[in-house]
Parts: sequence; structure tokens; C-alpha cells
Amino acid sequence: MEEKFIKAFKEALELEDRTIDLTDTFRDYEEWDSLGHLSLIAILDEEFGVVIEQAEFNKLSTVGELMVEVKKRMV
Amino acid sequence: MSLLSFNGIGISGLSAAVPANTIDNLGYQNGLFGKEAAHDIVSKTGIFERRFAPPGMCASDLCFAAAEKLLADLSIDRSEIDLVLFISQTPDYRMPATSVLLQNRLGLSKQTAAFDVNLGCSAFVYGLSIAFSFLQQGGFRKVLLLDGETRSRVYSENDRKVAYLFGDGGVAAVLERNKKFGDSYFSLNSDGSRENLIKIDAGGYRKPSSVDTVASRMVDDFGNVRSEEHGYMNGADVFNFVIDEIPKDLRRLSEYAETDLHSLDYYIFHQANSYMNNYLVKKLKIPVHKVPTSLERFGNTSSVSIPLTIVDKLKLQLRESNNVLLCGFGVGMSWASAILEMRDCQISDMVEL
Repeated sequence: MEEKFIKAFKEALELEDRTIDLTDTFRDYEEWDSLGHLSLIAILDEEFGVVIEQAEFNKLSTVGELMVEVKKRMV
Repeated sequence: MSLLSFNGIGISGLSAAVPANTIDNLGYQNGLFGKEAAHDIVSKTGIFERRFAPPGMCASDLCFAAAEKLLADLSIDRSEIDLVLFISQTPDYRMPATSVLLQNRLGLSKQTAAFDVNLGCSAFVYGLSIAFSFLQQGGFRKVLLLDGETRSRVYSENDRKVAYLFGDGGVAAVLERNKKFGDSYFSLNSDGSRENLIKIDAGGYRKPSSVDTVASRMVDDFGNVRSEEHGYMNGADVFNFVIDEIPKDLRRLSEYAETDLHSLDYYIFHQANSYMNNYLVKKLKIPVHKVPTSLERFGNTSSVSIPLTIVDKLKLQLRESNNVLLCGFGVGMSWASAILEMRDCQISDMVEL
């Protein structure tokens, strides 16, 4: 799951050539912007069948927290 | 269950008018965002050009031009028009209703029913359902449906989230009863709990216009600037909304219509942005060649985008009979879908003003 999630996350934000740590604050990435956010929404829906509402999404700050939230919603 | 069905009612003709003033999005820059930002946004949204109405030109002027063209092309006897509907969220005045002014401008009889419909991207489909409903009554002969927007004036040019998306346009459609038209089906929806996804906070009666509400201010960490009388959009949540609600609505409609969602000739979606639209089409597993788009030329024109796409892209494609899906979604949130037959629909050449 973690590998699949990180791969999808990197693809959404075009971070393929970077090392991603679960403790990274994703909004601090230079590549994070509203368009990157749209890509992330699409890939989470496509790969995991998960939609996270904005209010909930705003509470997440690290890559790891996002992964946990996705996992939780997949059940 | 807000589902409607009709038989023997249809669209006889459709026309569109756009401002001649063309905005090149790649060259559309101001001090706040560089060339690179414009390039990134254009490549993701697929919007290369838009039309901006010059000062003094209203949505109603575009509709008026489209209507004159259509009535002439169809050789319509104006005394047969019993209802004129004007769909817009950018009317001429707060009062009176623009539809009433258009009744007079178009030289329609005083025995014409006229009213406005205040909805956004869902409104063309809503408007059709209203026109069809009136026509189901024996007393109404023809309906003139006018749908126009000057969305370019709603948003701040210094708010990157919306500055490159919206454009202006107007359409006219004539609808009538005729046994040749087949079955049609509508699904209408609304969710006011999502009012903050796309909104103008001030300038109405809840928060009246004041010196404060027209003052521009920076609204986020990205340096976007707007006033409370500019529209704003929470794009991420709109996207969430669309991928969540639209497939459900289309399933519901196709079950009601007892029609295989994949058996139709054309699928015309509200033109929001190509990233979202492409994803939606992929998720619905609809073949791309059956999904016309006009985004690249006109951007997001709110409720106008569905009929504008038909005029722009399907004029030469439509055969004698075509089963089409129309689907509009946006501000409200409000969304509506229809499956209907377009038969012998006269599509006029686009008018430029």
C-alpha cells in the first residue's frame, strides 16, 4: 500500500525524481499548488476510489497523514 | 425524485453569439503572474482563448443577437412565441427581469409569458426542462429560451484560481411540440450545503455593497487578490463534487430512461476545464470522440457552455436524429442532466458582436 501510495502521490505532483518522506509537509513542496491538488484528487479517486472533502483534507499536513486517511477511507 | 419525462417536444433551432473581442490566454498576464503561470494553467485547463464582452455589452445583447439570427433563419412568426425565458446570473439590472426587456426588444406580443432563471452552469438543462414543461400544456405554442453570461466580469483578474477560465457568450433556442420528437428525460438536483464552493459573498441583500465590499485584498498565501464582490471558486472541492455526484446522477437518469448510458450519439458536458472534464469522461468510460468540447476557444461560459458547444462543434455533425446526453454542474451547487433526441435541429452560423 505504501509503495503504491507514494508512487501515485509522486505522479500527481510530478515529483518522480525526488525522495519522499512520510513526515514531509506536502504543502511545503515547491510543486504544491491548486493544479497539483486537482491531480492528487484525480489519482486518489482513480487508484484508491477515495474522495476526501476539503474540510477534512485541510486537517492533513504530512504525506503520512494523507496516506493514513486514504487507507481509512478505502475500507 | 426530481425526474421528468416528455414525448413529442424538442429543440427546433439553436444559435449562438459571442463578443468578437478575443483574449489570448497565453498572452493574458498581469504583474502578479508570469508567463510560466499562464502556460501551466493553459496546458492543464485546455483554455487557449476566451471572448470578453466590451464595456456596455450585456449577456442580454448577446442573446438578442442570437435570437434575431435564429428567428430569421427559422422564419418564425413571432406571434407564436408564448414564453420567453432568460437564463443568467449576469442580468442587465437587479430589476426588472431581463426576460421582460427582451420581450419588448424582440417585438414579442404582450401576451408573452416572460421570466428569468437565476442558476449557473446547470441552468441550460434546467431551462430546457422548464420549456418542455410549459409546452406539455396545450396552450403554449413556441418557447424562446435565451441563455447568456458575461462571466468575464464576475471574477478578479488578479485571482489566479479563476482569472484564466471564464468567458462570455449568449445563445437562443426555439422549442416546440411536434410528434416527430421522441422521448426525453431530465434529472434535476441541488445541494445548498455546498454554497461556499463557488460564490460572490457581497453585493446582494445579505451583505449589501459598501466601500468595504469593493476593496481588493490579498486572500491567500499564493498572493491572489480579489474583493468580496468578486466571485471565488474552491476548485479542489468542485472537482471532488463533480467526480462524486455526476456519475451517480447519470446512472440514475439512464436507469429512469431505460437507456444504456453508452449507447448515445453525443455527450455534451458543461465546459469547466479540460482536466476535470477529461477525468470525468474517463471515469464514465465514454468514448472521447463522442464528447465535443469548445473550451479551447471560449473557456468556461457557465450555463452557455453546453449549447455553445453544440453550435460550435456539432453544426455539421448532427444527422437527422441524434440521441444526446446533456449534463451541467456548478454554482449552487446545482446540477442537471438530460437524455433527449435532437431531430432536424436547425443550427445557425455563430454570430460575432
